[in-house]
Amino acid sequence: MSQHPSSGGVRVQLHQLSKRFGQREVLKRNELTIEPGEFVAIVGRSGCGKSTLLRLIAGLEQASSGELRLDGAPVQGLNDSTRIMFQDARLLPWKRVLDNVALGLPPERRADAAAVLSQVGLGDRVNDWPARLSGGQRQRVSLARALVHQPRLLLLDEPLGALDALTRIEMHELIEGLWRRHGFTALLVTHDVQEAVALADRVVLIEDGEIALDERIALPRPRSRGDAAFAATEKRILDRVLQHPDTAEPAPDPNWPGVPAHGLRWAI
Amino acid sequence: MSNTAVTLNPAPAAPVQAATRPWGRALRALAERLLPWLLPLVLVVLWQLSAQWGWLSSRVLPAPLGVLQAGWTLAESGELWQHVKISAGRALLGLAIGGGLGLALGLLTGSVRVAETLLDSTVQMVRNIPALALIPLVILWFGIDEAAKLFLIAVAVFFPIYLNTFHGIRNVDPGLIEMGRTYGLSRWGLYTQVILPGALSSILVGLRFSLGLMWVILIVAETISAQAGIGYLTMNAREFLQTDIVLVGILLYALLGKLADVFARALERHWLRWHPGYQTTT
Repeated sequence: MSQHPSSGGVRVQLHQLSKRFGQREVLKRNELTIEPGEFVAIVGRSGCGKSTLLRLIAGLEQASSGELRLDGAPVQGLNDSTRIMFQDARLLPWKRVLDNVALGLPPERRADAAAVLSQVGLGDRVNDWPARLSGGQRQRVSLARALVHQPRLLLLDEPLGALDALTRIEMHELIEGLWRRHGFTALLVTHDVQEAVALADRVVLIEDGEIALDERIALPRPRSRGDAAFAATEKRILDRVLQHPDTAEPAPDPNWPGVPAHGLRWAI
Repeated sequence: MSNTAVTLNPAPAAPVQAATRPWGRALRALAERLLPWLLPLVLVVLWQLSAQWGWLSSRVLPAPLGVLQAGWTLAESGELWQHVKISAGRALLGLAIGGGLGLALGLLTGSVRVAETLLDSTVQMVRNIPALALIPLVILWFGIDEAAKLFLIAVAVFFPIYLNTFHGIRNVDPGLIEMGRTYGLSRWGLYTQVILPGALSSILVGLRFSLGLMWVILIVAETISAQAGIGYLTMNAREFLQTDIVLVGILLYALLGKLADVFARALERHWLRWHPGYQTTT
């Protein structure tokens, strides 16, 4: 995406990146480069390692082996130009909306917090408690909180997973608009292929800790879900996700009918 | 009584006319508020009457009006306030010492693993000793002076505050702490903006427990021996068979306990005003 100034976004490079938890290898020697200002969606089933990858890039976890670089510099712990939007909004319930967005900001930048809140359409809710907001509004506050730091890399960890379909579409438009405006690099982890196709320049599929597909989405923006090309792309990627051998119909257990009645135990 | 019963129950009057309906509704709301007080009122009146007609010896229970009069006399002479001041002072000083220590130690063990390993099991062992069981030992150590009373109160209020502070800190959502770290909060900022506010509701529960215990221990400690305070007032009155003053003392304890609870609830409503459970419906 050449229209994004390269200064706005970070280049993310993974080289032979692996992560093990004990014996279990969650990520296996992954190679991936994300250009500055690019919007990449990572899809995959739950437990495939996509969230772990995001946490590695955020500096919340340490890689077991391999290299992970942001703009050429290796990732060591938390990075000030990276911000995450979590699946649950993680707002501090004891702070009003404005104070949540201003979290970690120097006091002289509180005005920025109010400005970003109006960008996400919540300019009139600055003095509310988070408990008074709907799920979608909470995620919008959480988006504002991330953006007020002017991140060069925004990591989105299934932030819309718990929202209803209409709110999600609204949030897609909001996120896409803000991404185009601010030019940061965005990495979205999601299990929703439609969401990935709607937002991303590239869709990356992770299967069992390995990158199984890396497809560029050439559809023009703004993308319409009713579009035939959109539907075809979505179907192609979804089919690929579903192709995985794990999803094959499980063969009926041949032992089952042979179990004698006294072999059964009630578990109440 | 039948008179009050009629005015307290305006329900039949309400549906008479549409125009009077707002009035009817207001009266009904008033009745709903007053109705819970009906039974206590009846009991007090019965008590007064039975004392007046001599069914109840004033040795057993003086008439409520007599108790009020005794209270009034004591208040007028200034004696009452003197004793209340001394008792409340003891209670609050004991709470400040014990509660302060409990809070500090709870914050320490809640936040620092090493401190927990070192201290927590000891505290949990000592916790099982009822504060009142220490009385003989405390008398040996401190005599029957102020120090003994303060010590007993401090010991009793220490544990609820300690335990609830510790658990409050441990139960702060780790997701929020992780969020705070990724959003660039310093250790101090994390503590003051995430961990402490997250533990606050639990700490306040500990405070309310402590306030309840504080009065119980104070009453026992003052009953053992005291040269001043509400306990002294009542024990002295007992010697002279002044049951009305004994009752004044008991009522004072009840009143102070209620005041402390109201205060703790006000704190909760203020500090936990973000919490849907404490928000007044607007």
